[in-house]
Amino acid sequence: MVHGIQKKMTWGEGGLALAMTGLAVLSLLVAAKAYTTAYAFHAYLFAAASVAAVFAILNRYYERPAELPAQVIDGKPNYQLGPIKFATIAAVFWGIAGFLVGVIIASQLAYPVLNFDLPYTAFGRLRPLHTSAVIFAFGGNVLLATSFYVVQRTCRARIAGDLAPWFVVLGYNFFIVIAGTGYLLGITQGKEYAEPEWYSDLWLTIVWVVYLLVFLFTLAKREEPHIYVANWFYLAFIATVAVLHLVNNSAVPVSLFSPKSYIVWSGLQDAMVQWWYGHNAVGFFLTAGFLAIMYYFMPKRAERPVYSYRLSIIHFWALIFMYIWAGPHHLHYTALPDWAQTLGMTFSIMLWMPSWGGMINGLMTLSGAWDKLRTDPVLRMMVVSIAFYGMSTFEGPMMSIKAVNSLSHYTDWTIGHVHSGALGWVAYISFGAIYCLVPWLWNKREVYSLKLVNWHFWISTIGIVIYISSMWVAGILQGLMWRSYTKLGFLEYSFIETTEALHPMYVIRAIGGAMFLVGALIMAYNIYRTIVDGEPVKEASAKPALATGH
Amino acid sequence: MTLTFENLSEFAASWGSAYFALLFLVAVGYALWPSRQEELDHAARIPLTED
Repeated sequence: MVHGIQKKMTWGEGGLALAMTGLAVLSLLVAAKAYTTAYAFHAYLFAAASVAAVFAILNRYYERPAELPAQVIDGKPNYQLGPIKFATIAAVFWGIAGFLVGVIIASQLAYPVLNFDLPYTAFGRLRPLHTSAVIFAFGGNVLLATSFYVVQRTCRARIAGDLAPWFVVLGYNFFIVIAGTGYLLGITQGKEYAEPEWYSDLWLTIVWVVYLLVFLFTLAKREEPHIYVANWFYLAFIATVAVLHLVNNSAVPVSLFSPKSYIVWSGLQDAMVQWWYGHNAVGFFLTAGFLAIMYYFMPKRAERPVYSYRLSIIHFWALIFMYIWAGPHHLHYTALPDWAQTLGMTFSIMLWMPSWGGMINGLMTLSGAWDKLRTDPVLRMMVVSIAFYGMSTFEGPMMSIKAVNSLSHYTDWTIGHVHSGALGWVAYISFGAIYCLVPWLWNKREVYSLKLVNWHFWISTIGIVIYISSMWVAGILQGLMWRSYTKLGFLEYSFIETTEALHPMYVIRAIGGAMFLVGALIMAYNIYRTIVDGEPVKEASAKPALATGH
Repeated sequence: MTLTFENLSEFAASWGSAYFALLFLVAVGYALWPSRQEELDHAARIPLTED
């Protein structure tokens, strides 16, 4: 080396390589003695991934220069973009996989023959595959990518850690693979949105703690004294999900060699913990995290500061203080004490205020620049997402009112509500962020084709509208049929009669979902072309720090 | 006083909610304090002024 600095392996590289070697040995031991073949398969996956990680770490060490990447180059922070690029592409991939499985299970509900009488393709196994793929795989990767990008840019500092950000992104995606294959093989602990068994949960805990540490240490080394509001939302999302995950998955495994575990909570407590988790997964994973995206990408794309920064602070604290109490509305008219149900309902209704405050703040960011909606389909996508956020956060509290819930609960209305939030809000703000992020990461002037973005926007929007309106009709029909009595006091309809009545709505829903999938495929093509042959940023106006990836 | 569920829930429902309410008021006070205008105007522009 010219500089004469001797190359040394860092503690992180050595330690992680050693830990991964240990994990490989343990996994092989478990694989050899596993009670079930499905569990043995997972143990082999762990072993293979750990060995691959050791090779990757050593290879990276031999390839890299003696000095670690500089924190600052020419007075500009040397941002680490590699893990962000990986998570962005992973998000697009998992998004399409998740939407596709969604279309399949929607078709199964309309035509049960599509279950094929096989355990692996049964609705019961594919349904968690769909929910986890869209929420945790697609949404999770979007959150990883944007949080690592936003925290670096708004702190004007390179992300903390050298291998740690890679460990978070790759480790998280490995968790997704374990969870997804587990569902197909019948491994589940039967908790909605928390289906993965104890060993996947332990792995996710490690990954998540590292994520929290990377985020905190990056904040700690910031050059910008003020912590921008988006980072507050990201931090709330990361910290709260950690707590939710730990409490809801407090389980004791039968044996190290068995995938099966038993939860420490029992009966009603278990139900309450599950929905405290479940609702806050919506509140902190699907809301706080994506609000962080809104607070960074909306101002960025509209080229104007957020409408009211004061309102954004109040929005944050009000949301944090209220969301955590809303969970009991999932357990109306159950054995849960009445006061707890009323508490959940009351807090859900109070949530109208911060939700709409946030929506107004996001939308009004465009005030004075509404004309951009006509010319910029990416901005239009984000504005529609905020409108859907307002709509579904109006609908949710309304459905949490006990009298409304007595009609809507257990019906397809809930499915419609969830999808107006998930497709309209979460996915649209994510698409908007991806369309912004990809050109920034790969140093391109703009996405390959705004026209294709426009096609994506219209096809998906019509798909969403078809989806949610068919589910409104289906849900209310179902609810009314279930509660109708004959003159003699007997139930008028059998369950199968309600199912027959829903068939047309199920077909329409599948069509809406398929349109949403088509939109996402258009996006994937557009992203691919942007990366491969998008027009590069002209050198004069290039953002210098973006040039060096890794 | 022994640590029972009743004691704990009474404490949480009284002092706990007062504590949370106070904490929230502090956050709102921070956001609305008039002299903070300049600082927050700067903060709002962070995404637009980064390099």
